[in-house]
Amino acid sequence: MAAAGDVFRQGLPEVGAGKLHVLAVDDSHVDRKVIERLLKISSCKVTVVESGSRALQYLGLDGEKSSIGFDTVKVNLIMTDYSMPGMTGYELLKKIKESSVFREVPVVVMSSENILTRIDSCLEEGAEEFLLKPVKLSDVKRVTDFIMRGEGKKGVEKSHKRRRSDDCTPPSPSALHSKKSRLSI
Amino acid sequence: MDRNQSRRQVAAMKQSLFDQGLLDEQFIQLEELQDDANPNFVEEIVTLHYRDSSRLITSIEQALKERNPLDFNKLDTLMHQFKGSSSSIGAKKVKAECNLFREYCRAGSAEGCMRSFQQLKREYAALRKKLEAYFQLARQAGPQETACRSK
Repeated sequence: MAAAGDVFRQGLPEVGAGKLHVLAVDDSHVDRKVIERLLKISSCKVTVVESGSRALQYLGLDGEKSSIGFDTVKVNLIMTDYSMPGMTGYELLKKIKESSVFREVPVVVMSSENILTRIDSCLEEGAEEFLLKPVKLSDVKRVTDFIMRGEGKKGVEKSHKRRRSDDCTPPSPSALHSKKSRLSI
Repeated sequence: MDRNQSRRQVAAMKQSLFDQGLLDEQFIQLEELQDDANPNFVEEIVTLHYRDSSRLITSIEQALKERNPLDFNKLDTLMHQFKGSSSSIGAKKVKAECNLFREYCRAGSAEGCMRSFQQLKREYAALRKKLEAYFQLARQAGPQETACRSK
């Protein structure tokens, strides 16, 4: 039986070999239904939950010690709403990035509010992208294509992401573009 | 009434909703997610929205009654949810009313909140009525060109 870390290190499905499994988190029933549809159209397997705590539960990060033999669930992408009661998307993002098993899973944050400081703090905390709601099919396709190609994952491509360490290099053009496109009205 | 005529009527009704500023691009985005397997997706989403928004309207009404003083934070939070749901279905005018309400919350204006909430409820009811008529007509007309997803 593979260890938890190995399950993830098996890496992404090769293009064409399988579907991305996406975990979507949103407290709005309407938005859950919409994101589920967008992801299914984008050929993803989807799990939708209504809160950050449910998401952590699903991922096995809720501190509940499971019985021996717990197989880590495999998720290729997490898309979370920012403003949720209880745990915000930002708090969920932090918990995921603190987890040794899931920290490499790309997390996309969605919000109806175009607040620069909010966008900055999410990107700084390691979010892959920040999407403005209502999220469009083109947004979802772009993100899922990006991940299927295995880009923005480990290694060189990630070096431009600002981290909590003392890396002071400015964001790369692509990260700026992510931000800029969010700022257009 | 023949099929083409029905479809033209549906298209005209939809266009009118756009011309009146009641709907925005998001509604079209939702329509593009429909296909043969999911021909009523938009209506399903809008129905979910009605459920959420009815509940939120009741909560807001309740919160507006709890005066001296009004809990503007609570009102703003509730309205944020209402706005999000409205935005997700493309309810352009209702969304604008939500923004106005939130501005009054931030300004701490009880009078403003109450007035704009009355207006919001009117806009919401008007849109709901028109959408119900639209979906009824659309169902009668049968699947349209907009349900063009090939999958």
